[in-house]
Amino acid sequence: MTRRTGLSALAAAIAAVVSLDAQVTFERILNADREPHNWLSYSGTLFNHRYSRLAQINTANAKDLELKWIWQARSLEKFEATPLVVDGVLYTVQAPNDVVALDAATGRPFWTTTYTPAPEARTCCGRVNRGLAILGETLYMGTIDAHLLAIDSRSGEVLWKTEVASAKERYSITMSPVVVKDKVIIGTAGGDMPTRGQVVAYDAKTGKEVWRFFTIPGPGEPGNETWSGDSWKTGGAAVWNAGAYDPETNLVFFGTGNPQPDWDGRSRLGDNLYSDSVVALDADTGQLKWYYQFTPHDELDYDATQVPLLADITFRGRPRKVMLWANRNGLMYILDRVTGEFLHGKAYVKVNWADGFDAKGRPQRVPGMVPTREGTVIRPHVHGATNWQPPSFSPRTGLFYVAHFENSSTVAVEGEFPRPNGINPRQTTMGQINLQPFFNNEDEAYGVVRAYDPDTLDPKWEFKMADITWAGVLSTAGDVVFSGGKEGYFFALDARTGALLWKAALGGQINAGPMSYAVNGRQYVAIAAGNSLFAFGLRDGVK
Amino acid sequence: MGYKTHPAIALAFLASFVSCILHFASPVSAQHETASDIADGGRVYRQSCANCHGPDGNEIPGIDLGRGVFKTAKTDEDLMRIIQKGVPGTPMPPTNMSDEQAKRVVAYLRSTAATATTASAVGDAARGKVLFEGKGGCLKCHRANGIGSRVGPDLTGIGRLRRSVELERSLVDPRAEVLPTARFYRVVTPDGAVVTGRLLNIDTFTVQMIDTKEQLRSFTRATLKEAGFIPSPMPSYKGTFTTQELADIVSYLASLKGRTN
Repeated sequence: MTRRTGLSALAAAIAAVVSLDAQVTFERILNADREPHNWLSYSGTLFNHRYSRLAQINTANAKDLELKWIWQARSLEKFEATPLVVDGVLYTVQAPNDVVALDAATGRPFWTTTYTPAPEARTCCGRVNRGLAILGETLYMGTIDAHLLAIDSRSGEVLWKTEVASAKERYSITMSPVVVKDKVIIGTAGGDMPTRGQVVAYDAKTGKEVWRFFTIPGPGEPGNETWSGDSWKTGGAAVWNAGAYDPETNLVFFGTGNPQPDWDGRSRLGDNLYSDSVVALDADTGQLKWYYQFTPHDELDYDATQVPLLADITFRGRPRKVMLWANRNGLMYILDRVTGEFLHGKAYVKVNWADGFDAKGRPQRVPGMVPTREGTVIRPHVHGATNWQPPSFSPRTGLFYVAHFENSSTVAVEGEFPRPNGINPRQTTMGQINLQPFFNNEDEAYGVVRAYDPDTLDPKWEFKMADITWAGVLSTAGDVVFSGGKEGYFFALDARTGALLWKAALGGQINAGPMSYAVNGRQYVAIAAGNSLFAFGLRDGVK
Repeated sequence: MGYKTHPAIALAFLASFVSCILHFASPVSAQHETASDIADGGRVYRQSCANCHGPDGNEIPGIDLGRGVFKTAKTDEDLMRIIQKGVPGTPMPPTNMSDEQAKRVVAYLRSTAATATTASAVGDAARGKVLFEGKGGCLKCHRANGIGSRVGPDLTGIGRLRRSVELERSLVDPRAEVLPTARFYRVVTPDGAVVTGRLLNIDTFTVQMIDTKEQLRSFTRATLKEAGFIPSPMPSYKGTFTTQELADIVSYLASLKGRTN
């Protein structure tokens, strides 16, 4: 990735508005960093850096940010979507599955397409959607009744709709699709129920299925032997968060979820491949090229459904093409993204279920740290050290930014849901603010935004919050990091020091990732909180 | 969700009741509804009734709501009771409409019967499709089933929304009634550029439209040199199409019952 100053990038972006064709070609998606006024995929680029090359907002003037507009969703579901922006038009999802097109400068609506999911749609953890994909003039959305929709970006017309998996069999879709060349690739959620995770590629024009990869191998396939009996048929390993794509290897990467049943592994003895793993698939055929399993035989619900972040870094003195991964299981990883080789890993929060790695990068389990009838206190919490919230990587600072939390929970066997042991884990569907965290001292449970050196995985700075966080992170060429938390604050931090530059109280939980775009020469930062989408920019006259 | 017909309702009615034809020309109860009541009743009808009965009200055998042909109802009160309580043992479900809402739907049905006599001759939808895409040049502005321009209203599902008589009137007198989603707007930008298009949204400070190049455009009203509604650019096809051709194209439009998202 080349570096340009923010102002020149913005000027180029404005010029691009005039010159670019309305068609969002795959070439544009692949080189999205060349048009920073737009946001063409879930985390901005297919490397998932969630980094904006816009620099109008910087460390000196971030204090002068002000609200430019709010768009209120007509939905009481959690607002987890990251918008897309294409040449002044912002597209987002009103949960569960309505699509809206807004003027990105004013938040006023162009159109809304409503979609009513089938009544049999049942999700484990909220009727949510994390965002759209776009190719050409077509938007793509997965639905909680496990369909994939193609929608005309100019009119909102539904062009085609196909069933990815059966909602009656407890499949659903909550992730944003990934566009690779002429295909739309999507995964199935439902891994806390007796399902079998899948990644499916469709022809973007016709909706015809091109390939289907099951995250649990069938009989005769390598890995099937890691499931006892018939447990492979219903072992979960769902795919419910955005993937990444590397054009050099033509590999598309997805994280997979927990094996099922979640907290009782006695019926599914073995490593349970490819649950809690990252799988690298040939984007043309869906063939598995490599995998790495973060948590073999998981009984603690440590989905590896984080957003894969691809980066070219200097590791131990030499350039490496890597994948950075802060996992729900409390361990952070550097993998070689070409081969899947484990390069480095370490705990980034308090972890009591593993105490290091063997030579091949397999975590070494701590004896006794398994669910028991009496309940076992584990760290991190079953919701993780981090969860699905998207991280960020700034090529300017070279730092890896992750929003996560310290917490613990008690896990018991025989069907008992994990109990809180620390912060009050009440889950709301409305995004209300939890103002009274239930813990005994401030070090027991808290949220942080932390910057890590991707060579050593050592933390460089942290910004601590009283409550935990489900917000993603954005970094920018203005050396500003944006994030937020469950308390409802959205804030700007200095990307090099973590110093607080600005904050706004938005009145609802932040359960989404921030993003940035520009229209008519003004840089905006957008974030969903509560039931609304907020856009901020600099006060008029501020340089 | 797709359009569904319920032929069973007709059979159930036939088995249970003696057919009774009630003409609007001889209303049993006096009508006091205003035009606005009728329009409101039409909206409710399209939302709650047209999915089974069709926009013309004639898609269930033996019933032609748009022409005052009912199975059992003799009075407005009968109709209101059926609308509110449904018909047990048939697919006609009860609704939660208030008396006032049900009255307005009845008023709408009475008014459609009054205009039903002007409906076109029997047309051929296949011939109409050829006219729609060829001689009529309709795709230059309209879109149907993913083909054509987005500037005019998408007609993919127009057959579920508009009565045949209304479709015919739109063809011969397109400015007689313009739906809120089909209004055209014109602005002159600060640099003098003229932009016209279909209005998508307007508020005190901004206006959003899809322009004649099918681009989504948004403007700050205070900055515009000129702004305002313009007449529909839809031409009248009176004289362009023969009576039979009009019937054909109406028949084709009435057959467009595609997705509603």
